[in-house]
Amino acid sequence: MTEELFRDEFTEPERYELHEAPSYRFELERREFVQILGAGILISMVGNVVVAQQARRRGGGGTIAERLHIGADGVITVMTSKVEVGQGSRTQLTMAAAEELRVPVGQIRLVMADSSLVPNDGGTAGSRTTPSTVPRVRRACAAARELLLETAGKQWSVAPASLSVTDGKILRRSGDQVFSYADLVAESVKKGLEREIQSGIAVSAVAEWKVLGTPVPKVGGAAIVTGAHRYPSDIVRPGMLYGKVLRPPSYGATLSSIDLGPARSMAGVTAVRDGEFVGCAAPTSAKAVEALEAASASARWETPAHPSSEGLYAHLKEHARSGSSSSRRRRRGARNRGSLDEGLAASKKVLRATYVVAYVQHAPMEPRTAVAEWNGEGLTVWTGTQQPPRVRSDLARVFRVPEEKVRVIVPDTGGGFGGKHSAEAAVEAARLSRAARRPVSLTWTREEEFTWAYFRPAGVIELAGGLAGDGSVTAWEHINYNSGSSAISTPYAIPNTRTQFKYCESPLRQGSYRALASTANVFARESFMDELAAVAGADPLEFRLRQLEAARLRAVLEGAARRFDWARRKKERRKDPEGSKVRGIGLACGTEKGSFAAACVEIEVDRKSGRFKVVEVCEAYECGAIQNPKNLKAQVDGCIIQGLGAALKEEIHFKDGRIVNPSFSTYEVPRLKEVPKIETVLLDRPDLPSLGAGETPIIAVAPAIGNALFAATGVRIRSMPLRNEAFRAV
Amino acid sequence: MDLKLELTVNGKKRRIETDRRRTLLELLREDLKLTGTKYGCGEGECGACTVLVDGKPVRSCLTPVSLIKKKAVQTIEGLASGAELHPVQRAFLNAGAMQCGYCVPGMIMATVGFLAESPQPTQEKAVEALNGHICRCCGYVNILDALQRVTRKPEEVNPR
Repeated sequence: MTEELFRDEFTEPERYELHEAPSYRFELERREFVQILGAGILISMVGNVVVAQQARRRGGGGTIAERLHIGADGVITVMTSKVEVGQGSRTQLTMAAAEELRVPVGQIRLVMADSSLVPNDGGTAGSRTTPSTVPRVRRACAAARELLLETAGKQWSVAPASLSVTDGKILRRSGDQVFSYADLVAESVKKGLEREIQSGIAVSAVAEWKVLGTPVPKVGGAAIVTGAHRYPSDIVRPGMLYGKVLRPPSYGATLSSIDLGPARSMAGVTAVRDGEFVGCAAPTSAKAVEALEAASASARWETPAHPSSEGLYAHLKEHARSGSSSSRRRRRGARNRGSLDEGLAASKKVLRATYVVAYVQHAPMEPRTAVAEWNGEGLTVWTGTQQPPRVRSDLARVFRVPEEKVRVIVPDTGGGFGGKHSAEAAVEAARLSRAARRPVSLTWTREEEFTWAYFRPAGVIELAGGLAGDGSVTAWEHINYNSGSSAISTPYAIPNTRTQFKYCESPLRQGSYRALASTANVFARESFMDELAAVAGADPLEFRLRQLEAARLRAVLEGAARRFDWARRKKERRKDPEGSKVRGIGLACGTEKGSFAAACVEIEVDRKSGRFKVVEVCEAYECGAIQNPKNLKAQVDGCIIQGLGAALKEEIHFKDGRIVNPSFSTYEVPRLKEVPKIETVLLDRPDLPSLGAGETPIIAVAPAIGNALFAATGVRIRSMPLRNEAFRAV
Repeated sequence: MDLKLELTVNGKKRRIETDRRRTLLELLREDLKLTGTKYGCGEGECGACTVLVDGKPVRSCLTPVSLIKKKAVQTIEGLASGAELHPVQRAFLNAGAMQCGYCVPGMIMATVGFLAESPQPTQEKAVEALNGHICRCCGYVNILDALQRVTRKPEEVNPR
């Protein structure tokens, strides 16, 4: 085997230089910290930074120096605890900084998610980066800009208001003097960077945006197309081993006994048993697998019974916890209106329906992974996670070390979608590394990712709707079992409503997923609205608009319908000459995380085979002032296509405590050939605060398809994925 | 360590001694530290591990090391000419055909291999060739744009 000490030849320009001296100590002294950040002086007190930030309430302004570091070469390093998992946060935060500092995007270096270096912006989830972290970064950069103007003004004895910053420089009108950010690190003035950022500090108005609002290409793109970017699974450390963990044969199985002798006797192998944890580290992953197989031959397990996906929905209802929901969920806007019982009693027609949604998996292209390294008294872990603070505190707790001794670094990661909030790989790699006394890289196999990660919750949704004599909806009940309460409230002006969310005992481990339960709740609601419209004999678009007062939701619904030409397509009913192919159109709309989405869909069904395909998706989306139209379109397109997956094909099957389809050959995700015609209508609202767009566009896709299927065939399918004995997607 | 073999990787001759049960993917990533080629599924279903062996796209996660004796392997790291990107790399970059980007090296190598075999393809054929690659960010719209760019001007693409 070739032996070469690894040299990191591919340092990305956005990232700091990571020095790998053998004497590297976890508790960084100021000098080492400076080495790490390159030329320039970091003003703040390094040793206190980590502690101070933990003590500081999240939301506190912080100092300029905690947010950015100015280099003598003019490069400005901006720091955030947010991560990049493909949603575009790196580019967006870079743009936000460039905007307020008045420098080119290329002059910003963004350091993300290194717990030793960055302020506490929390984890990356809930579409929060845009409304919460972008403003913070902008305020810090605006404060730095003001400091620059102030300091130049003092030096030149002119009013700061008479000066302006362009390309990071202030030019003195009278002559050849220039003042730039690099000048702020001079001994005489550097204290200014330690000032607190005022929460009321002014940031650029949308009308004045020069960088924000433009289609800046993805920062770091060159490193991706050359393979230079090191994802967490690509991190290499000197002397690194590869780790593998023994998995139980089924859920809930416990290890009674195992003989690690055969594994330990293999050259270069470290084998560990620690309670239920059994793992091996070896110079190659193949050797680690071989060692694990040698050990597992002797493993004895207790395997309890476990529910199967057949009977899942009945199981969820039977195991609903009573009295779980109303008081807790009321805060989330699930306010009841009027009286449901009276409303239903007064209705001319009452409909009831039950919808179900299956477990689906995020299945990011990069599985769970971590590289762990113990040095001195501390632990460093590189891992792909959306919740680095949680990973850090989990590691500290599990290994009984203070958090200050744990450093978590999240390189730009291969996908998340809400599926990487947990710390498994980090803990596993750290455990093996501790035993082997060498760094350990541990990457889950795809089967492990499908089995031992977590899923979007399955759910049962029961709906009841009452129609008045005039065809309006007068009563509405929405009960969600297990999947969650996001978007559980109806946006329509219905006088009598009751919503409830019930926690259940879920057979599978479940957690966050893109847009959370709003995918399920909007699917059920928008499908059921069409069921009511059909009974009322009304056009689905008019039916909704009639009782929709929220202007921003009306705007996307009308925007999609207009681009799609809903009225004209309704009149047409296309058939092929033999008449076996039928087309249908459907629509849906919803709101989640403060933004608004509506989709119109056209499908084509082959009545003979029962196979259908999505021909076109037209989605209108609005999230306030658009900060990067190129990335926004990419997110909307991505949500639409990922939404097709959960709408048409994705479903986790399990039996006897095992996942039946834990692979890409048996769990079908959207493919290149399946991409339909996609039209996007991005409504820009420069007058409204910008909101995150990584989740909400997905919610309108499945119900619009279900409604189109009904329009084409008269068959109502009340499940996600949309298929039954008669109909399924091609 | 029951296998000795010679092969060329990105134009450089390599002498390897390793276990014959290992895969080309493991060899590239773990022995040569060429991490541009990715692990996505280990069963040839996603394309993230695609490299060129003697110019042809191959799923390295399914390729035993014994099969690459004396062969020429090209990975994503060996595609650009110094600072100059390969036209396919440029097309992906300009089209913004990446969100998390993890699937991109495999897609680029597959596209290069495909174009070498079909120098003047239709978009439809290109899509067919790339359909075995999964992008879980579902960034397919921009990937289709990138493919359009290379199929539209095939004379700009020099197969190597």
